[in-house]
Amino acid sequence: MNKVWLIIQREFLNRVQKKSFLIATILVPLIIPAIIGGLVYVAIKESETAKAETVHVLDESKLFKFESNRQFTFVALDMPVEQAKKAYNETKDFGLLYIPAIDINKAEGIALYTKENPSIEKVSDLKGLLESQVHDLKLKEYNIDEATLKSLRPKVSMKQFNLTETGEEKSSNSGLLYGLGFALGILIYMFVLIYGIQIMQGVIDEKTSKIVEVIVSSVKPFQLMLGKILGIASVGLLQFTIWIVLISVLSSVSMGYFGTKLPQQQAMEQMNKSFVADPEMKEAANQQNGKVGDFLANAREIPFAKIAFTFVFYFLGGYLLYGALFAAVGSAVDSQQEAQQFQFPVTIPLLIGYLGLFMFILRDPHGPISFWLSVIPFTSPVAMVGRIAFGVPDWQLALSMILLVGGFFLTTWVAGRIYRVGILMTGTKVSYKVLAKWFMQKG
Amino acid sequence: MNALEARNVTKQYATHKALDSVSITIPEKTIYGLLGPNGAGKTTLIRIINQIISAEAGSIEIFGEPLQQKHVGIIGYLPEERGLYKKMKVGEQLLYLAQLKGLSRKDALARIKVWLEKFEVKDWWNKKVEDLSKGMAQKVQFISTVMHEPRLIILDEPFSGFDPVNAQLITEKILELKEMGSTIIFSTHRMETVESLCDHIALINKSKKILEGAKKQVKAQYKSNTFTIEHKGTFVVPGRYELVSQSITEDDHYSTVIKAPLGTTGNEVIRNIIELTEVHGFQEKLPTMADIFIGLVKGEGDEALKKHLLEV
Repeated sequence: MNKVWLIIQREFLNRVQKKSFLIATILVPLIIPAIIGGLVYVAIKESETAKAETVHVLDESKLFKFESNRQFTFVALDMPVEQAKKAYNETKDFGLLYIPAIDINKAEGIALYTKENPSIEKVSDLKGLLESQVHDLKLKEYNIDEATLKSLRPKVSMKQFNLTETGEEKSSNSGLLYGLGFALGILIYMFVLIYGIQIMQGVIDEKTSKIVEVIVSSVKPFQLMLGKILGIASVGLLQFTIWIVLISVLSSVSMGYFGTKLPQQQAMEQMNKSFVADPEMKEAANQQNGKVGDFLANAREIPFAKIAFTFVFYFLGGYLLYGALFAAVGSAVDSQQEAQQFQFPVTIPLLIGYLGLFMFILRDPHGPISFWLSVIPFTSPVAMVGRIAFGVPDWQLALSMILLVGGFFLTTWVAGRIYRVGILMTGTKVSYKVLAKWFMQKG
Repeated sequence: MNALEARNVTKQYATHKALDSVSITIPEKTIYGLLGPNGAGKTTLIRIINQIISAEAGSIEIFGEPLQQKHVGIIGYLPEERGLYKKMKVGEQLLYLAQLKGLSRKDALARIKVWLEKFEVKDWWNKKVEDLSKGMAQKVQFISTVMHEPRLIILDEPFSGFDPVNAQLITEKILELKEMGSTIIFSTHRMETVESLCDHIALINKSKKILEGAKKQVKAQYKSNTFTIEHKGTFVVPGRYELVSQSITEDDHYSTVIKAPLGTTGNEVIRNIIELTEVHGFQEKLPTMADIFIGLVKGEGDEALKKHLLEV
């Protein structure tokens, strides 16, 4: 065990002391918040410019009533079309909406003039406005008054609850769970793949530099393999920890800087201020607060401790399971290029878990395929962490964990048998038959 | 005591037998030559001794104890295929390898210092291996093999890749280690090395040991009782001797090779022929290790070897 510790230390220090490690560890957390910050900045700019869209309205039918909203400011005109066009052309405004004298039963000939090609979104928003007005007008024709109209369009808010077996109600938020499952699943997928390939590369290096024969004259091949896998795991854990700390610090700093300027947030703050003063605002504010409150409550409902534990477990379990296989692949070949033919079948189950995450787990976390994906050891690391936030019955979680541990022992055992022979074989043409022979070989 | 005793060691691979019931005995404090053509099974045997692979059958005792994992610390191994971590510094690398052999960090540091001084390369500590020349890297590798002062040192083709100066240096160090009490196993094809350094030899061919013993005894065993006589004027070879060859060296000077019956000493031969001709030179033809090696490997048998030895 002492020797395994020495190997772990060497693998760890050797990698951590490299410049590339330092650069990757520091650059990634800088780049990600920069991207997030950039997107937020753009979003703010977008919402700011969106406010200023002015639309000139020439309504010859005198039927429509346009109220300016956050998206559009409407300026009513009363002049001939040609003159309106000329007038619009002299401004920098978004567009000119021309409504000829029409019959609401045949709303044709409405035209939107713009200087640039407008976005589909804005056009459809305008169209929506017109449509709903025509709709209202028609209803009026059938003698339905405005009060009835309002009551015909009630606001519905639906809360989601999970009914647990004990009958306890838990509110849930699919969007939040989706995002969490998505992020955790991808993190595990990336970690296993990136560091698995590092293990493989390390084994190939030792083999091609021929140092391996010296090492295995001092330690057992299995100890060397284990030391390498664990050493690289500790590098990965350190790197991920630094990333998470740096990213969350930098993100909250950048969000703190840009985030307060988001209009929704400003509006909410104002609402909170007027909360006591204005009784009419109270209801609206309550509703808003209710939403935010729901979100926060939902976030609180998610058992983060359990998820964190599960994440770390599958993070390590998945890494160890695949790490051993990557080590075996590295031991069998003489170069990175040669490794590809064996690397592919090793990554396939991982890829299945990854694709399953999008195709099944996040869409239907409790379906039969999701169940199997999250229980079979090769796909469970990605699948289960994607699923865990949606709530997984304890027995399934336990089964999956036991199988993962079993799977890890199995792959390590299989890989160890291939590894011990493979590392001493150079210049052999390796096929699956040869691998099987190595596996069967005694001593 | 014997440094190593292997009994009936057998290693079977899927398609062939790498070692077929090989037994060798390596006396302590000797330099033992493990000879044999490529693919004979030398490396397999060495790997078994190093516990890199294990044998199907047979037993190995090292300094009187059954070979176990703990013995890796008293063995130093220089494989034929040399290798070091290219990106690692010389000092760190030696420290790591010494610790893997079981030395404490403190001991390892002290030993490495001594050995770097012995090779006059103290200032290499912070050099990366990839920045060293091949010969320099070989020195580092040699140091890594012997720095923990192992009682049993196994060197697989130790001189390949060394220039004559460094080869001489390594030879000196090997002899020094022997003086200090180490036992050295040499695996090599170079017969001149065997001739000059080895005390004992074993010859392995086609997975089987076909010859083992002290170098002197082996040579005596395979001596063919042939004598070369440089003489002036011809003579009739006495009936009990067999004429092998005769050639004229100059004018009436001849070189004659005769074969005497088993057990005939050189003195007897001289006594017999001194009356017949003017003897200028006399030498018993002893086989070289190369002769024995080639003869045995080619002919696979004592008779064939003897025939070969007569021919050369």
